[in-house]
Amino acid sequence: MTELASPTTHNHPGDIAQPPGSAEKALSIANVSHSYGARRALDKVSLTVMPASFTALLGLNGAGKSTLFSLVTRLFGIQAGSIRIFGHDIGREPGEALRCMGVVFQPRTLDLDLSVRQNLLYHAALQGIGRREARLAAGEVLSRIGLADRDGSKVRDLSGGQMRRLEIARALMHRPRLLLLDEPTVGLDVKARADILNHVRSLAGEQGIGVLWATHLFDEIIPTDDIVVLHQGRVLADGKVARIIADAGARDLHSAFMHLTGIVPDPGELAP
Amino acid sequence: MSLNVAKAQPAGFSIAQYLTCLTGIVWREGLRFIHQRERFISALVRPLVWLFIFAAGFRQVLGISIIPPYETYILYEVYITPGLMAMIQLFNGMQSSLSMVYDREMGNMRTLLVSPFPRWYLLSCKLLAGTAVSVLQVYAFLLIAWFWEIEPPPIGYLTVLPALVLSGLMLGALGMLISSGIRQLENFAGVMNFVIFPMFFASSALYPLWRVQEGSPMLYYVCLFNPFTHAVELVRFALYGKMNWVSLAVVAGCTAVFMIGAMLAYDPSRGLSRRGPAGGET
Repeated sequence: MTELASPTTHNHPGDIAQPPGSAEKALSIANVSHSYGARRALDKVSLTVMPASFTALLGLNGAGKSTLFSLVTRLFGIQAGSIRIFGHDIGREPGEALRCMGVVFQPRTLDLDLSVRQNLLYHAALQGIGRREARLAAGEVLSRIGLADRDGSKVRDLSGGQMRRLEIARALMHRPRLLLLDEPTVGLDVKARADILNHVRSLAGEQGIGVLWATHLFDEIIPTDDIVVLHQGRVLADGKVARIIADAGARDLHSAFMHLTGIVPDPGELAP
Repeated sequence: MSLNVAKAQPAGFSIAQYLTCLTGIVWREGLRFIHQRERFISALVRPLVWLFIFAAGFRQVLGISIIPPYETYILYEVYITPGLMAMIQLFNGMQSSLSMVYDREMGNMRTLLVSPFPRWYLLSCKLLAGTAVSVLQVYAFLLIAWFWEIEPPPIGYLTVLPALVLSGLMLGALGMLISSGIRQLENFAGVMNFVIFPMFFASSALYPLWRVQEGSPMLYYVCLFNPFTHAVELVRFALYGKMNWVSLAVVAGCTAVFMIGAMLAYDPSRGLSRRGPAGGET
């Protein structure tokens, strides 16, 4: 098996057209390892997310994506390596690092019994945003995701797709410059998935937000995306999708992934 | 490219922002409390069963002599009321702390912990919010008890408030410390058997300590060193507008120790690590 990129390589100057010096990385993960007891979940993982980019973190279930998210969001302490968000080390300056970041976790984290607006205001308070400003921001993000008329509804009464859009809106309340999403389309129908994907891509394109999108679904990735392939806790490849396919000598991302990981797909596990 | 992205904010937070965070957390806890009527009712029924049934049955068995803070002979119901108030807080503290550590509330803890405020501050706010809910439960209990002729002086309802806040914090922090530190106590039944019952029965909640001393000097010392005893006594004295300095010192000291210990011991990967993070994904 040939490895396309060394796992420790995390910067591809040729991939991202940024003038030198101005390219402050939205997220920079260097040599991060993590173990649950004897089980190694991440092994020297390095990756970079640039501002205004959409980076997909592609891996099967159990690849280590959620562990990585837990480390980036300071939920777990870092055992080895370093994680920086716009230059702020998550271990040393967690407050400044977390302020730059919006997160959508894989499990739903909304208060189902509270209203849409109450959920947003609670999140704003957790960011130290005062009531008046929070109300304005809530109105703004709700109209952007088309839920302005539902602000008094209980979250329980929303559809799965609406809940996810609300979680994304909530993550944007404090205007982060980096947005992390951990398999945000799990359990959604085709249309809701496409809506959410388009919305998040537009955030990267129009608002300059750096996006890290963890997924195991190949059809969520387009050739112009940046992509990091994570398998059994290790980064097997990272760069532009087109380059990874070309380097693997494969027809498409799916076969490039198979080539990299050396596994035979379980049709239920992988969407072609 | 960057149209709406906020420019770099000044580092750190102002006091006003800290307060915004605190009120937000307490406000949410209050809203959830209003929405969970079953939780409220069961928290109220438990002490009322003790008051209406247990105390009525024991009234004839236990004679209570005049001990401070009481100035006259009192009924047994009057004696155990402060103990039951503290019991409400004991249950509430253990319950909410347990859910903070194990995954029932994990989604919400994630939301809380990605807040950029320091973790010790977020956990303190969460403990304070849990305490606020327990104080509401205690006042609801006192209201019903008043109709049962448990009538402390009117000023007592005010002076007991700071005592309840302190004892609520102590018990919440203890719950957090225990559930962070002892892996075996991850379900409520374990906490009931090994924490709540021993603490409650080996205290002055149900019988005055001089009575215990008559029966078993060793148990007397156990009760004396039980922080719950001092929470009960602090509440008992405060309810009659009086101050028990020893209990205040013990409860304040224990609150500080438990809180610092809980902050140090709290590990959000607990309750996750064996199964991997929520959702089954590692």
